[in-house]
Amino acid sequence: MNASAPSPSAAPGPERKALDQVVIRFAGDSGDGMQITGSQFTQTTALAGNDLATFPDFPAEIRAPAGTTFGVSAFQIHFANHDILTPGDAPDVLVAMNPAALKVNLPDLKDHGLLIVNTGAFTDNNLRKAGYTSNPLTDQSLEPYRLMEIDVSKLTLDAVQHLPVSQKESLRCKNFWTLGLMYWLYGRDTAGTIAWLRKKFSKRPDLADANIAAMNAGHAYGETAELPSEVSPFTIDRATLAPGEYTNITGSLATAWGLATGANLAGLELVFGSYPITPASPMLHTLANLKQYGVVTYQAEDEIAAVCAAIGASYAGALGVTASSGPGIALKMEAIGLAISTELPLVIVNVQRGGPSTGLPTKTEQSDLLQAVWGRNGDAPLVVLAASTPSDCFEMAIEAVRLATRYMTPVFLLTDGYLANGAEPWRLPDIDAIAPFPVTFRTEPEGFHPFLRNEELARNWAVPGTVGLEHRIGGLEKDYASGNVSYDDVNHQKMTWVRDERIRRIADHVPEQSVALGEDSGELVVVGWGSTFGAIHQAVKNARRSGLPVSQVHVRYLNPLPRNLGELLGRFKRVLVPEMNNGQLVKMLRAEYLVPAEGLNKVSGKPFKISEIEQAIRQRLES
Amino acid sequence: MSVAEPTPKLTRKDFTSDQEVRWCPGCGDYAILAAVQRLMPDLGVPKEDVVFVSGIGCAARFPYYMNTYGFHTIHGRAPAVATGIKLANPKLDIWLVSGDGDALSIGGNHLIHLLRRNVDLQMLLFNNQIYGLTKGQYSPTSVLGQRTPSSPMGSVDPAASAAELALGAGAHFVARSVDTDLKHLPTVLTRAHQHRGTSLVEIFQNCVVFNDNAFGHFTARDVASERQLLLEHGKPLLFGAARDKGLRVRPGGGFQLEVVQLGEDGIGIDDVMVHDETDRVLAGALAQLQPPAFPVALGVLYCNPAVTTYERAVRDQVRQARAERGAGNLNALIRSGHTWKVE
Repeated sequence: MNASAPSPSAAPGPERKALDQVVIRFAGDSGDGMQITGSQFTQTTALAGNDLATFPDFPAEIRAPAGTTFGVSAFQIHFANHDILTPGDAPDVLVAMNPAALKVNLPDLKDHGLLIVNTGAFTDNNLRKAGYTSNPLTDQSLEPYRLMEIDVSKLTLDAVQHLPVSQKESLRCKNFWTLGLMYWLYGRDTAGTIAWLRKKFSKRPDLADANIAAMNAGHAYGETAELPSEVSPFTIDRATLAPGEYTNITGSLATAWGLATGANLAGLELVFGSYPITPASPMLHTLANLKQYGVVTYQAEDEIAAVCAAIGASYAGALGVTASSGPGIALKMEAIGLAISTELPLVIVNVQRGGPSTGLPTKTEQSDLLQAVWGRNGDAPLVVLAASTPSDCFEMAIEAVRLATRYMTPVFLLTDGYLANGAEPWRLPDIDAIAPFPVTFRTEPEGFHPFLRNEELARNWAVPGTVGLEHRIGGLEKDYASGNVSYDDVNHQKMTWVRDERIRRIADHVPEQSVALGEDSGELVVVGWGSTFGAIHQAVKNARRSGLPVSQVHVRYLNPLPRNLGELLGRFKRVLVPEMNNGQLVKMLRAEYLVPAEGLNKVSGKPFKISEIEQAIRQRLES
Repeated sequence: MSVAEPTPKLTRKDFTSDQEVRWCPGCGDYAILAAVQRLMPDLGVPKEDVVFVSGIGCAARFPYYMNTYGFHTIHGRAPAVATGIKLANPKLDIWLVSGDGDALSIGGNHLIHLLRRNVDLQMLLFNNQIYGLTKGQYSPTSVLGQRTPSSPMGSVDPAASAAELALGAGAHFVARSVDTDLKHLPTVLTRAHQHRGTSLVEIFQNCVVFNDNAFGHFTARDVASERQLLLEHGKPLLFGAARDKGLRVRPGGGFQLEVVQLGEDGIGIDDVMVHDETDRVLAGALAQLQPPAFPVALGVLYCNPAVTTYERAVRDQVRQARAERGAGNLNALIRSGHTWKVE
């Protein structure tokens, strides 16, 4: 698959207008296959050499009642001939497969944006279910947009009528008809998707034929139909990405692969305990298929059992890992306290979603930071890391494993729904070139006790099966000098200090905070963490282009914080902290460094738009 | 796992830790601890391969007193931690120590799934029908109507039956014994250890402080032979000082056990049911027997090994994946999707 990508200029048809970037959103019913359409378009776009970022947005219900607004599923892709970091603020093109999809997504479409509507689904019944009192196709409300009305349903049925598939199956091919049209519009090759369909439907070749026929018909429609004069096909040149081999990666996949790689670098088997939860489950699916890499997965009876099994595995000398999302993490907290008390390595991945409680299962948020840093009984410090982009999940997962095993501590890795489901091109690293960090278990009985520490205050790891090192550990306080149970007052003070200090000292062994963009002092610094990196970066870049004195700092190590962070922030007059929560990192920065940090908070279940952050930067610098 | 040279036989002392035992004087836990420490050398497992895992409660302090590996975890979760240990290293010999509150209340879910999965370990359930460490509240096995600090007018919760729950959850080994029965308990523990899969042993254990003599009605010396049915596979279900009482299925349909007196109404030994520990229906019926109408069934109620155990099945899949796909190559893995090159 490493052959060079097909050249867009080879596409037939009229002259193509060159664009720098486009944002397309496919929207339809949950059952309309919008996620498949989006991911196929993404693969093809990646092969065409564009840089890209995606944002799937789907309801928590698997199949909400057809035609309703709460059943709308969407997939947004931003692709460009240059380096991009976000799926785009507002779509240039909206494909609406039914009235509900139009109703939900139209407010985001840019003025004069291209709107492609499947008129076949604009029945009275569907209009009513979407809450329309008049038909938007006839009431002039769509005048601000370049409207293409196409009866995709009928054209799809026509395209597949010669094939031996049922009416219902035929109609379900309409997403591929749309995909075919979009491929034509952007000069894309259909070969990759044809191959994918052949493979996916290898047991139902009739369905593969039908979908391919629908896609070809959509493509042919673009070539031959009379298109509105304002609509012309486009071309988007390849982006100038750094040389190397690329793949398109989601945060879920990157995290799972990073964990497997980290365990390998540590020389340990990975035992992954997990209970299915949105949006963390894809990691379980990925790792369950990596048994030959020394990965054991355990689908537990509940979240608590999942983390407890991971702790048991670490106790027995494997790398215990668990993953979940908001409510599941809440359930694991007591056990995480046990891992802190017994000083066992453990990696906990929290794919954050909207909260509190069940909240917004399929929507993204960053509201579990304080939970990760502070959310346990007792003084219970651990390491907290956050990934910034889908591909950064790979690197931070490895870092989580490194820190957990070197310092004998639980490590939280925070991602979120946006990182987990979003995708970007990833320049593939050479794993053989990553420095391994093999674990050494204690084997020497002389002078041993379980809480004997090295100069970094990490205790020695002695695993069952080792002759002469039989010992007991548990959640009761233990004596500093012997590891035995102790209720002594002075000892508890000392042990509380030790647990805190050993986490603090990790700051001496992780990278100092760098400035992502701009100067290291000045008027304003925008400080972010996690998945807001792309939006902040682009916003700061735009503001700097117009001459504004603003810098970007993006924190990946959230506990302990980088040792130079306080001093760095102190060199700026103002500190702005955009977060997809009600103000969490901003509290930590104010508490830790007494800097006048102010929050920019968004909790709509959707990521920041670049413009929202850019506007906040301008406001701060103009006030 | 081959042993290169014979090691000298260990003694009880080798399995006794240097920690001072802190149970109440007269607690049944002392007797169980002594029985286990005495038994361990006979089982022939190197002590570095032995792990005691517990949750929270009086019984959960057990690991501290064994000079083996031990993990005192959190309330109710010992089965989950033990499952993780066994998945990481299947050769370890794991003993779970739990109580009625730990196993049947806060940890009930984990118990069900441990038994269902059939992880190869021994689980000792110390049942004293009371919460001891929190000072005497009624537990899930307390008798209905029991007055305690949290049930001053008598508890309104019907009692749970550990053995019946275990059978319902799909356990392959269920046994019972009594804390101070120095002859019976080691025999049952030995059988539990021999069994491959999860072996649940419910031990009726006396809490001398908060629920003294809860089991006296069938464990006291003067009534034991009349109130205990000591099960032996392939032997008739007989009890009584003169072994002149037996159990049979009540004639006339259904599966209801009844007590019969040998020598009366023409009842002979052939009328008495023979214990078949592989019969789950019989095990369920035996688990339900309660004084005064019936004796309490002790010993191995059910032993019917499954074809495999959980950790073996998991490991078999790892081996199968390696055999079919070869050892994993991470560089190949991350290149397994669509890739493209930028020059």
